[in-house]
Amino acid sequence: MNSLLSVITFLPLVGALGLLFVTGRDEASENLTRWIALIVTSVTFVLSLVLWARFDPTQAGFQFVENYQWIGNSIGYRMGVDGISVLFVVLTALLMPICIIASWGSVHARVREYLIVFLVLETLMIGAFATLDLAMFYVFFEGTLIPMFLIIGIWGGAKRIQASYKFFFYTFTGSVLMLLAIMYMYWQAGTTDISKLLTFSFAKEAQPWLWLAFFASFAVKMPMWPFHRWLPEAHVEAPTGGSVILAAILLKFGGYGFLRFSLPMFPDASHQFANFVFVLSVAAIILTSLVALVQDDMKKLIAYSSVAHMGFVTMGIFSGTVNGVQGALFQMISHGLVSGALFLCVGVVYDRLHTREIAAYGGLVHRMPVYAAVFMVFTMANVGLPGTSGFVGEFLTMIGTFQVSTWTVFGAAFGVIFSAGYALWLYRRVIFGRLTKDSLKDIMDLNWREGLILIPLVVLVIFFGFYPAPILNATAASSQAIVAQYQAAVGQPAPIVKPAPATAAPAAAPAEPAK
Amino acid sequence: MASDLQSLSALGPVLPEILLALAALVLLLVGVVGLKREHSVALTGVAIAVLLVLAVWVGTQNNTGVLFNGGFINDGFARFMKVLVLTGSAFALLISLNSARENGIAKFEYAVLVMLATVGMMMMVSSNDLMTLYVGLELQSLALYVVAAMNRTNAKATEAGVKYFVLGALSSGMLLYGASLVYGFTGQTQLDQIAKAIAMGPRSIGLVFGVVFLLAGVSFKIAAVPFHMWTPDVYEGAPTPVTAFFATAPKVAAMALFIRIVTVSFAPVVHDWQQIVMFLSIASMVLASFAAIGQNNLKRLIAYSSIGHMGFALVGLAAGTANGVEGVVIYMAIYMTMTVGFFACLLALRTENGFVENISDLAGLSKSRPFIAAILAVLMFSLIGLPPLGGFFAKWQVFLAAIDAHLFALAVIGMLASAVSAFYYLRVVKTMYFDEPVLKFANVPGELNFTMALTGFLIISYYVTVGHPLTDLASAAAGSLF
Repeated sequence: MNSLLSVITFLPLVGALGLLFVTGRDEASENLTRWIALIVTSVTFVLSLVLWARFDPTQAGFQFVENYQWIGNSIGYRMGVDGISVLFVVLTALLMPICIIASWGSVHARVREYLIVFLVLETLMIGAFATLDLAMFYVFFEGTLIPMFLIIGIWGGAKRIQASYKFFFYTFTGSVLMLLAIMYMYWQAGTTDISKLLTFSFAKEAQPWLWLAFFASFAVKMPMWPFHRWLPEAHVEAPTGGSVILAAILLKFGGYGFLRFSLPMFPDASHQFANFVFVLSVAAIILTSLVALVQDDMKKLIAYSSVAHMGFVTMGIFSGTVNGVQGALFQMISHGLVSGALFLCVGVVYDRLHTREIAAYGGLVHRMPVYAAVFMVFTMANVGLPGTSGFVGEFLTMIGTFQVSTWTVFGAAFGVIFSAGYALWLYRRVIFGRLTKDSLKDIMDLNWREGLILIPLVVLVIFFGFYPAPILNATAASSQAIVAQYQAAVGQPAPIVKPAPATAAPAAAPAEPAK
Repeated sequence: MASDLQSLSALGPVLPEILLALAALVLLLVGVVGLKREHSVALTGVAIAVLLVLAVWVGTQNNTGVLFNGGFINDGFARFMKVLVLTGSAFALLISLNSARENGIAKFEYAVLVMLATVGMMMMVSSNDLMTLYVGLELQSLALYVVAAMNRTNAKATEAGVKYFVLGALSSGMLLYGASLVYGFTGQTQLDQIAKAIAMGPRSIGLVFGVVFLLAGVSFKIAAVPFHMWTPDVYEGAPTPVTAFFATAPKVAAMALFIRIVTVSFAPVVHDWQQIVMFLSIASMVLASFAAIGQNNLKRLIAYSSIGHMGFALVGLAAGTANGVEGVVIYMAIYMTMTVGFFACLLALRTENGFVENISDLAGLSKSRPFIAAILAVLMFSLIGLPPLGGFFAKWQVFLAAIDAHLFALAVIGMLASAVSAFYYLRVVKTMYFDEPVLKFANVPGELNFTMALTGFLIISYYVTVGHPLTDLASAAAGSLF
């Protein structure tokens, strides 16, 4: 089945088209649309697992390749995954059914439209990760703006309009510059085929400009400090499902883009700008962690912590080491699970009390013990406690970066401490203490539907914390290839590759001592 | 000089124009002699059928050639643009059918005038001589002046007609002055001969002046800044179906004229006109993006939007290459589709008190009229230039050409302007989707539903359906100029 990737990508779109034909407005047809959406996304998820299972992790190149011409040698229809993208496809497919289930109890207005928009969004997101054509990447990447703008604007909170506009303009302005860079690359290399562009060396004088154009787009998407201003607002106003997708998948476009395009295609510029990225990363880690400390809105706090965690990702990627790159990938997957789950947790109490004010809660453990336990796992994962998936990524990125810049890691290490500060303090204020507020007196614990979506995430977060091998194995070969290419281009085998274990036994080893 | 018309069959290349003119005259006769008021709809229907049949004919018959001692040329480029012009006019008539009465254009003369204007546009597209160019342009313009003021009882429409006429006459004057300078300094009026004369002789200041005046005249027709002043007023004042017509076919024809003049006759002085086009382009994109933000009237909004989009189309022309022309041609095709769709939506929104004019009237449209709202939203996102919609691929083609020609500053300014322009398009989406409904709307007639569905489908599925053939055709069309 050579078109597996296309099936995974476009199945949700087919589902969305199918939903157009369910025209009823009553309870029964709303439920029908939910079931259709759930089945479609679940099938997509199963197919993505098949993809992962059949993915050959020993190969660094692209697999499941489909390549069709469109116009001459311009934009083509090209699909394929390698170790860098395959897991994002799986992650996207995993979170979609979860978001659909999460919306079951919380979205009651325009249900059909909500599901259509989500299914279209899934196609665009998977497409962005799976396409091997640079122009098509832009199409998918930028196409996500439309559904996300609508999700925030239609189903969002009180200040949703401002938030949706901010989201749109920050990302759109950044991306149009990348579009021009893509065009320039097309004229230089004569193709938009990513696999060919990866082997093309762009002129040294052009690289900084191209790098900056891509940076404008990905730094906003990521988001890196100081381009992060849109994120907290978008998160706060978006409905739960929107926040989950935003944090778990859309932010990963930034890291994926850096890793797929900036680092291998413009190695000289990446080398040149590495310190610049390090400074911004450390600034993000420290400053946004401090900002997170003073937030009184739960979603905002998690949003700022996302910015801080993305700082580790950018740091790892531009360290240009195997550990750094693999750590960044692991951190992105882990953050996708953890931040998605945290937003789901906030959604759980928001559905009950309709407020995200931290001060409105307290002592939830007395009424919601299961919820308290689940929330604790994700809080610890957010802190980066060994034994959770959050630890592996941070640890690997720091090891990788340490080989290049000690001071950067010195700064980043503060972030680890601060993150413990804000996350634990949030947990204390919401969960512990005496249950004094009247509104909380008869709050109910997780229902089975909420349990159904949160428990698998708990299992995954702990499982990958103790046994990160599935992820690290899948990413190993491609990461090594990228790093080898980068270092060959920069012309410094540096202190990095020499300690051979970093490349030879990257898989499970580094994280195992984590107890 | 011996005539090149030795037999009737030699008229082949110009036959569509002749037939259309004859059809217009016959319809005029029928209308004058014995037509009851109520039957004017049938007459419009006949006009639409004639336009569409001719569009298919021009599209399928490869009747290329040069006629009238070089005054008229029918090449691949002309054929492509003529198909656009004919289809645009046909759809403008189609979406005017239902609302003609309210807008005071329920007269048989409307269809006749649109047909005559279309003949003029086809002449513009095919002109290969400064004289045929001017004749075609004036035939089109005179018909348009009348159409703009057709709703005589409406003060605004009359004002629009007069404004259009006065400023149009001014621009025609500039164009003629430019043409006379060009003739004076090259001794030729035929476009390809001008190019030869320029290439042989020394570069003269007088010629550059001629080029400037000529392009100023044409810029007025495509409404590029700083010759755009008439557009918002005329768009707002004219009856909506008429505005729909103004915004589609005449723009395509004028742009075709622009392309032909600069690429055929001024190819040797490419660096001179390139600067002019770049200036027009930047000014149009930037001014339109900011000026449209403050508009509340949808027709004024789309007027500024059209100014901006002409600026984007000119980005491709500024490259001065075959790629660039290909981009402009594709841009015009997609832009015309989006505009037709937009006006179909506008005309479909009829309340008890007339048609929707202001953005605020669209509030909550996604609840009261989900289909129209969805189409309108798709068109707005496409006008912004968001993938995977048609508008993105239009921008892709023109900016690709600009980057190829190393016009980086132009491209960056254009892209940032498009980001600014997103603001006002999003306002329409926001009003429709995020606000609560206020107005009740009447039922939508079938032809408007059809037009909306068709344009929406083409824009959404551009990449999969029409994108490939359109690009091939456009590339062939552009190739015939170089």
